[in-house]
Amino acid sequence: MNRRKFVERLIAVVASVSAVTAGFRRARAGVPEGYDPGAHRYSMGIQVDNCIGCGRCMEACKAENLVPKEPFFFRTWVERYVIRKDGTVGVRNISTDETSAQEAPVDRNILRSFFIPKLCNQCDEPPCVQVCPVGATILTEDGVVLVDDQRCIGCRYCIQACPYGARYLHPVTMTADKCTFCYHRITKGLLPACVEVCPTQARIFGDLKSKSNPLQRFKRMHKLSVLKPSLNTEPKVLYSNLDGEVR
Amino acid sequence: MSNPLVERLAELMGQAMGFIYPNEVEIHWSILVVVYPYLTGLVAGAFILASLVKVFNVKEVQSVYRLAMLTALAFLLIAPLPLLIHLGHPERSYEIFLSPNFTSAMAMFGFVYAWYLMMVLLLEIWFTYRKELVVWSQEKPVPLRWIYRVLALFSRDTSPASVAFDKKMVKAITIIGIPSAFLLHGYVGFIFGSIKANPWWSSVLMPIVFLFSAIVSGIALVIMLYMVITLYRGRTIDMPCLDTMASYLFYAVIVDFSLEFLDFIHRLYESEESIKILSYLVMNKLFISLVVIQVFLGMLVPLGIMVGTRLFRLGAELRKLLYFVAVILIQIGIFATRWNVVIGGQMFSKSFRGLTAYKMDLTGLEGLLTSLVLLALPFVVLAILIRLLPPWEDQAIA
Amino acid sequence: MIRLFSKIPDALVRVIVVVVLLLSVVLLIRLVLPRNLTDTAVHVQSTMDREMQKPVMYAGQGACTDCHEQSAKKASGYHRNLSCETCHGMARQHVENSLEIKPVIPSRREFCYKCHRYDPARATGFPQINPAVHNPLKECISCHDPHDPKPPTVPRECDACHGEIARSKAISPHVQLECTTCHIVAAQHKISPRAVRAEVPTEREFCGRCHAKGAAPKDSPTIDLATHGEKYLCWQCHYPHLPELD
Repeated sequence: MNRRKFVERLIAVVASVSAVTAGFRRARAGVPEGYDPGAHRYSMGIQVDNCIGCGRCMEACKAENLVPKEPFFFRTWVERYVIRKDGTVGVRNISTDETSAQEAPVDRNILRSFFIPKLCNQCDEPPCVQVCPVGATILTEDGVVLVDDQRCIGCRYCIQACPYGARYLHPVTMTADKCTFCYHRITKGLLPACVEVCPTQARIFGDLKSKSNPLQRFKRMHKLSVLKPSLNTEPKVLYSNLDGEVR
Repeated sequence: MSNPLVERLAELMGQAMGFIYPNEVEIHWSILVVVYPYLTGLVAGAFILASLVKVFNVKEVQSVYRLAMLTALAFLLIAPLPLLIHLGHPERSYEIFLSPNFTSAMAMFGFVYAWYLMMVLLLEIWFTYRKELVVWSQEKPVPLRWIYRVLALFSRDTSPASVAFDKKMVKAITIIGIPSAFLLHGYVGFIFGSIKANPWWSSVLMPIVFLFSAIVSGIALVIMLYMVITLYRGRTIDMPCLDTMASYLFYAVIVDFSLEFLDFIHRLYESEESIKILSYLVMNKLFISLVVIQVFLGMLVPLGIMVGTRLFRLGAELRKLLYFVAVILIQIGIFATRWNVVIGGQMFSKSFRGLTAYKMDLTGLEGLLTSLVLLALPFVVLAILIRLLPPWEDQAIA
Repeated sequence: MIRLFSKIPDALVRVIVVVVLLLSVVLLIRLVLPRNLTDTAVHVQSTMDREMQKPVMYAGQGACTDCHEQSAKKASGYHRNLSCETCHGMARQHVENSLEIKPVIPSRREFCYKCHRYDPARATGFPQINPAVHNPLKECISCHDPHDPKPPTVPRECDACHGEIARSKAISPHVQLECTTCHIVAAQHKISPRAVRAEVPTEREFCGRCHAKGAAPKDSPTIDLATHGEKYLCWQCHYPHLPELD
C-alpha cells in the first residue's frame, strides 16, 4: 500500500477511536439528562432581618451533606451579634442545641442585635480555586465552587486562602470540604437544604440567568452588600441590611 | 470520627478567646509547615554563601565552599519530607507534577524546587567534584569504585582542560544559581505573602523577608557546621575564613533586621483594620516567641555580638566562642521567625475578633518528636554526603 | 552533527545526555498516562458528575402536598412559609418508601424553643415566649396546632409578640405604664397584627403630658417643652421603652 493510503487509513482509525471513546466517556458521566451548566448561574440572598437564629439551616445542611456532627466542622453557620450601647460588640456562633428553657437575662445595654447566617460565598473570583496546587477545587460554569475529593491532596492551602472561614478539612476523607449550594439538589431543580428548611425565608436561592425568581425580587427591593468586598473575591451571596460590624 | 481529634478540637475550642469562625478552631498548618520553610531557608542561605566564593571571588571562604554546597544538598533532599507527611493524601502528591494548577504558587514551587535541585545544586556539585569522582572511581576499593563511576557519569577525563571547563561551568551555574536560590526561598515567602485573606501574611515584603532570613540562617548554619566539624576532625579553624563568614552574616543580619523593622513600622503606621487583633496577638500569644526569642535573642543579641567583635580587638578563642553563641541564637531566632509567621498567622480569627490556640502534640505524625527527627535528618544525610564526597581541601586532589 | 558534539567538552555532553534522558522519561510518562489523570476538563466534568450523584435527603416542599392534607391547612396559617421538613426533618426516603420509613413528628416543648424562645436578637413582632413561664408543664401542641398555630386565645398582653420591648420596659422608669398608655391599639391588631397596626404618638406635647414643666406631678423628670430638644421629637433622642436620662 502506498504512503498516502496508509496515512489516510491511520487518520480514519484515530478519528473513529476518539469518537467512540468520547461517546463512551459521555455516556458514563451520569449527568442528569438535559442539564446544561451553561444555562444557569446560581446565587443566594440572605435577608438578615428575617433570620431568627433557629439553627435549622445548620442541622439540615449537616443531615443533607453528611457533614460530621461535631461542632468543629460547618458548611454553614449562624453568628449572633450584640452591639451594646457602650459600642462594644459581642459575637458568638449559635449552636444547633439551643433548647434551654432558660432565656438569657435581660441586658439593658443592648443597642441592637441580630443573626447573620454565613456560608461559602461561591465567589466569582475565588481565592481558593486560585491557590489549589492540583486543581481539586474548581469554579463550575453554573457558578458553584466544588471540591474534587478524589484529587484533593489535603494540603489545606485553600482553607488558608478563604477569607470567610467557609472551608474545613473533613476528618474522615482528609480532604477539603465546604458548602456546595447543595449542587446535587439544585441541578435537579430542588432548593439547597438550608433554604428549604428556613422557617422565615431568610435565605433566598436563585438563578442569575433566570429573569423571574425570588432572588430577583430580593435584589430589587433591598440594598445589598457582600462580605469583605475590599478583597475583590466577588462573592455571590448577597446580604440585605448587613450591619457594618459584620466581618 | 476519630476521638483524639474531637477531644483535641474540643479543648482548643475552650481555649479560643473572643470570636472565631467555627471552622477556625482547627489550626491547619502545624509544626511541620514551620520546619519546611526553615529547611529550605537553610538551603538558600548555604548556597548564597557558597556562591560568594565562585561569583564574587571571596577567597577567604574557599575552604568551606564544598561544605556549604553539600549542606545545601542535604537540607534540600529532606525539605519535602515535612510537607509530604503533612498532606492529607501524600499518595496523591504526584498530581502536583502531573496536572498542576498553574495559578497556584504551591504547584509552581514544585517545579522551582525540581529546577533548583536538578539544574543548579546537583549540577554544580557534579562539576565541582567531577575530577575527584573520576580519580576515586579509579583508586577506591571495589563497591565504592562503581558508585563513583556512576556518579561521575562514566567520565574518565582528568585533563587540565577538562578541569578548567569544570571551573567555568561551576561559575556559570552559580550565576544562574543565585537568582534560582532567591526564587527558591522567595517563592516560599510568596506562598504566604499572596494570601490576601490573612493580613499577617499578606505583604509585599514577605518573600524578601523570607529570603534574607534564609540567607542569615544558612550562613549561620555553615559557620556552625564548619566550627563543629573542624573541631571534631581535630584541625584548626581558619580564622580569616571564619571572620569573613561572620562579616557576611553580619551584613545579612543587618538587612534582615532592617526589613523586619520596616515591616513592623509600616504596619503600625498604616494601621489597617487588622492592627488591633494583630497587636493583641503579638503582645499576648506571640510575646515570648516573637519579642523575646525572634527579635531580642535571635537578632539583637547576635547583632550586638557581631558589632562587638568588629569594634573591639578580641582574641581568636573569644571570637570563636562569641561567633558560636551568635549562630546558635540566630538559628533559634530564625526558627522562631518561621513559627511566628506560620503559627502566628493562624492564631487569630479572620473575623479580627478573636484568637485561637495551637496545641502541639508530643508524638504523632504532626508532633514535636517528628519535627525533631526531621530537623536531625539533614545532618545524617550530610554526614553520609561528607563521607561520600569529602569536602576537605587537604583531601582534595591537586 | 558529530563535529558539533566533538566541540562540546566531554563532561557537558554527559550532563546533556542525562538531562535529555530525564526529560524524555517525563514526557513519556505524560503521554502514556490516561487522560483522566492529566486533563483538567475531564477532572472538572468528573467532579460535577460525582457531586450531582450524591444522595438527596430532603424531599422539598412540593413532595409533601401530594399525599398529606395537613399541607393545605398549613398553607393559610402562620406557619405557611415553613417547609414541612423544617419541623419534620428529611423526608426523601419517606417519599420513596412511605410505609416503612417515617419522618420524625416532634411533640416535645423543647423543639419549639428553637424558634420561639425569647432572644433579643430576634426581630420584634416575631412571637416569642419565656419558656420557663409560658405554660411550662404543657406541651406546645396541646394548645397550638403546629399546622395552624393560631394562639388558642387572643393574646392578653402585648409582650406575646413584642418581647424585647416588654422586657426593656420592665426594667425602665416606664415600667408602671401600660402599653396602651402611649399606643392606641385596635382589638383587631391582636388578631391580624400586620394588617392593623398600633398607633404611635406624633407630637412632643404627648410626652409633655407627664414631662413638661407644670405637668401633673407624677415624680417624673420635667423639662421646658418650649426649649428642650429644639425641633426634635422626644423619641428621636430618648428610647421610650427604656429611656436614657442624659
